Parts: sequence; structure tokens; C-alpha cells
Amino acid sequence: MLKIKSPKDFWAGMMFAGVGLFFMIWAVVNYQMGSAVRMGPAYFPAVLGGLMAFLGLIVFAGSFAIEGPKVPTMHLRPLVMILVANIAYGYLMKPLGLVAATAVLVFISALGGHEFKWKEVTILYVVLIVFSVLVFVKGLTLPFPLWPDRFS
Amino acid sequence: MDIFSNLVLGFTVAVSPIHLLYAAIGVMLGTLIGVLPGVGPVATIAMLLPITFNLDPVAALIMLAGIYYGSQYGGSTTAILVNIPGEAASVVTCLDGYQMARQGRAGPALAVAALGSFFAGCVATLIIATVAPPLAELALKFGPSEYFSLMVFGLIAATVLAHGSLVKAIAMVVFGLLLGLIGTDVNSGVLRFTFGIPELSDGIGFVIVAMGMFGIAEIVCNLELKGDREVFTKKVTNLFPTREDFRRSWAPVLRGTALGSFLGILPGGGALLSSFGAYTVEKKLSKHPEQFGKGAIEGVAGPEAANNAGAQTSFIPMLTLGIPGNAVMALMIGALMIQGIAPGPQVMTEKPELFWGLIASMWIGNLMLVVLNLPLIGIWIKLLTVPYRFLYPSILVFMAIGVFSLSNNPWDVLVMAVFGLLGYICVKLECEPAPMILGFILGPLMEENLRRAMLLSRGDPSVFLTKPISGAFIVASVLLLLAVALPALRKKREQVFVEEAK
Repeated sequence: MLKIKSPKDFWAGMMFAGVGLFFMIWAVVNYQMGSAVRMGPAYFPAVLGGLMAFLGLIVFAGSFAIEGPKVPTMHLRPLVMILVANIAYGYLMKPLGLVAATAVLVFISALGGHEFKWKEVTILYVVLIVFSVLVFVKGLTLPFPLWPDRFS
Repeated sequence: MDIFSNLVLGFTVAVSPIHLLYAAIGVMLGTLIGVLPGVGPVATIAMLLPITFNLDPVAALIMLAGIYYGSQYGGSTTAILVNIPGEAASVVTCLDGYQMARQGRAGPALAVAALGSFFAGCVATLIIATVAPPLAELALKFGPSEYFSLMVFGLIAATVLAHGSLVKAIAMVVFGLLLGLIGTDVNSGVLRFTFGIPELSDGIGFVIVAMGMFGIAEIVCNLELKGDREVFTKKVTNLFPTREDFRRSWAPVLRGTALGSFLGILPGGGALLSSFGAYTVEKKLSKHPEQFGKGAIEGVAGPEAANNAGAQTSFIPMLTLGIPGNAVMALMIGALMIQGIAPGPQVMTEKPELFWGLIASMWIGNLMLVVLNLPLIGIWIKLLTVPYRFLYPSILVFMAIGVFSLSNNPWDVLVMAVFGLLGYICVKLECEPAPMILGFILGPLMEENLRRAMLLSRGDPSVFLTKPISGAFIVASVLLLLAVALPALRKKREQVFVEEAK
């Protein structure tokens, strides 16, 4: 059994090879190749995908030969909280309005930090929402709904 | 028109009160965000891009340039006072700047950084004004094969000069090129890689990718770090450098300016390479190399001048060729495209007021850095004491508003989150996101030029080698790759980065 000497390169190589192959195969199957003179929509992505897969394989193969650092531990909490907070903001903006969406963003993302104090975060939220409304909605006149639909 | 009348035109544009105001706002906002620990110029510009969308192109670009200088200076401030580099380029400033701060000489360090940068900025502005027009004229003669080869050269140079694994960096470039192809193919009208999602038919927004890869990923990474930072806030009392400081600084500033101006023009050069290079030069030339790393003012003056000169001359390939040399320039090109301007040599002839106005406002931006930032240094320092748990939700709010306002579509925010995840994974796997952004911007352009060149040559790929300019770019790219692949040189390259990063 081969031993993985460089886990970072192992996973990076897998990622590159996987993504490259995906782009290449998807392009070849779904779009026209054309010829070198008249390149079809598949030509460039297929070549690039192949190149990327090849580079990925080099990195992948190298991970068995060259010593490298471990992949640092992934801390899921900040990652998940930040991503969820952003996505929720995006999808709540239209139905609930800026005031509620910003609250969701601030409170969920604050949960991703090291410490969470209701009072602090609430003050931060109030400052941010007042600032957002004054600068972005009143000042730059961005067309954001402030409140949920049925109230306005 | 000669340089003089061009500069006059530029200054009449730049000193109009409204543009002065935008330059000032840009410099202030840039410093404000850039001073935050762990936030570099790329992230700063990505975060602030949306506020320039409503401006006219001249004002938008002037403001962005101001943001760039501001964020760089802000980064130096953080490097000196907190020992946290906002970006790779200010790693060097940390070495001696922070030591100076520990000795109670943060004031002189900050002042020398600002004055050195200002001097470098003045020189670099003149260099741009003289070099850019002939280069743009030359570039107007470029055909598709020359452009394609130039882009190949630019992308390869950018990866070779970046640190870390070369193969991974090239793979990231290709990844970016592929992502750039998502959307409608201009030639055939075919929807590529859209997977039936209507929002993808226009491709992925550049700003969204940049915000995710740099902004979101950076915040998540920062949240993982615990650890106290020691801020030298109370010790900044005497701002002014002594006569001795000036005596020791002027030569490094001159050398740094020269080195930075040159390296900045190279693709992949810019601020990072300039500051590393200048530090090494100063250490080699110094009579007291043992003082370096222990608070030598030369180690602040040289790299700071170089990094500002390099930051500025890296505008040259962007303005004249439409080719970004680094991630910041990729963002600038993205901003130009959003404003409906196709970057390239024709910008100078078709929009002289934009071109020369920007150059003039570079100088004004540098002046503002000195005039505004030195007196305001106390405020920036206060900002450093604000805990990160207040800062990052605020940054997120501004980013989310910015992204949502692009098209009032939640989809954009979702894509930003996806790229945030990708950026985070890339950081963990030591794959640098900057080459990817370059590829992303150049993807469609490269395909377009490749297609045209091959059509003109009737499918004969040798055209890239037989045309002199194009051939020279290809040969240069191959030489660069070979140079890095050679074991002896590779060791040297790794050594340089390892040594300096310590």
C-alpha cells in the first residue's frame, strides 16, 4: 500500500483532477468540438479541462513521493455559521426586508465567533442597521425593502 | 500631444472637486478597511467594489485607485503596530516595523513608510506617464496571436513569481480560466456549463467570486485563529523621524523606488515581489545587516517605497494592454468591464480623460495619504483596538449588501457563499486563490483570441511561434517555466520565500 506523504497535495491533486475531468467530459459530451480552424464551444474547455486534470495528477502522484504538511483541522463552526448567515440573508431579503435579514446575518455570523454575548451583538446590530439604512437605502438609494411585504 | 499636455488634461480631470472628493473617500475607506488585521488590498477592494457601481467610470476608477493605496498604507500600519500582515507584501514591513514599534519608535516607522511611499508614488506616476503611451501604441498593433501569447506569458509569469507550488498555481489558473468560460459562448450562442440555471447564462459575476474567495474565506480563516495580539497604541507619541532616521532612509527609498517601479511592470510582480526584493537588497547592502529584523529603519523605508512604486507601475500593463499583472489589477479590470469599458490599448486614445485623469489622481491619492493619514493616525490606531468579533459581522453586512445590490437576486449571495467555501478549502490545501482570479478574468479573452488566431492561420498553431512578438512571448514563457523547473533554481526560489517569510 502506498503511503500518502503529503495530505495537502493528495487532496489538492484529487480536487484538480476531478474538476478538470468533469469540465472536459461535460464539454465533450454536451457541446460541439469543431476543428482547430473553427473551434466549437467544447474545444477550449476540453483542452483546459484535460490540462487541469493532468496537473492534478502530477500533484496527486507527488503526494506519495514528497513529504508535505498535514491538512490543518477544519473548524466547521465558523465556516457553517458564516455561510448560513450569508445565504439566509440573501433569501430572506425579499420576503422579510432589510431590517430582519440584517438581524439574521449579524446574529448567526456572531455565533461563529469565539464568544457570543446577546447584549453586545444586539448593540452591534442596531448600529449596523441604522448605518445601513442611512447610507445605503437613504444615501445611495439602493432599492431594498425595509420591512416584510405586508407591512409596507 | 506630449506628456506635459497629457498630464495637464489629467490634472484638470482629477482636481475637479467631485473627483477630489472621491479620491479622498477612496483613500479614507481603503485605509479604514485595510487597517483591519488580516484584510489585504485585494479583499478590501473586493468588499468596496459595489459602492463604485453607481459612479461614472472616471470617478469609479479614481476612487478604486484611492482605495488601493489607502488599503496598502493601512496594511503597513497594521504590520508595524500589530505584527499582522494584511497581505503578503507587508510581511516584510512586519519584520523591522514591528521591532521599531516595540522600541517605542512606531511613530517614525509610520512616518517613514508614508513619506517613502509618497516619494515612490511621485516617481512611479511620472514613469507611467512616460512609458504607457508608447506601450499602448505598440499594443494597438497586436493581433490575436500576439494577445494570446501575451496572456500565456502573463499568466505563467504570475504563477512563477507567486510563492508556493508552481504546479498547483498553474492548476489554479486553469481552474479560473474554466470558471470564466461558464455562461453563453459568444461565438456559437451555446450555453456552457450552466446546468439549466438561468442565472448562469451571463456567467458568474467577477465581484462575487472575488468577494467569496477573498472576503468570506478570509473571515472564516481569521475566526479560527485565537491568540492575543499586542497592539502598541499608547507608544505612538512622537511621529517625526529624527535627522538620523532621514539620513539612513533616503538611499533605501531611492533604491526601493527604482526596484519597485521595475518589478511592478512585470506580470505577477506588483507590490509583493517589490517589497521582498527591496528588503533583500537593503540587507545585502547595509553595513549593519545584523540590525535587520531588530528594528532597522532601512528595512521599513526600502520595502515600503518599493511596494508603493510596484503597486503603481503594475497599472501599466493593465492600462495599456488590458492584461492584469496581479489580483488587484484583475479587480480593476473587472471594475472597468462593469462600467462598460473594454480594457486595452484603445482606452488611452478613446478615453483620454479617463486614462490621464486616473494617472493624475494616482499622484493626488498619494498626496492625500500623507496629508490625511498622518494626522489621522490616532483614529486608525483606535480601530485596531476594536475586537474582531465586532468587525467581522460589520464586514459581512457590507459585503452582503454589496453583493445583493448587484442584481437584487439571492442567487448572487448563494454563489458568493459557494466561493467562500471553495476559497476556504483552497487555503487549507495551500492553493493560492490569486492566480485563479487572473485566470477567471482572462478566460473568455483568451478563448476569443485563440479562436481568431487559429481562424486567421487556417488552423496552423505554428503561427504563435513564427510571428516575432508572439514567438518572443512564448519563448519567454517556456524559459520562465524551465528556469523554475530546474532543481537548483527552484531551491533558491523556495529558499528566498522561506527565509523572508520567517
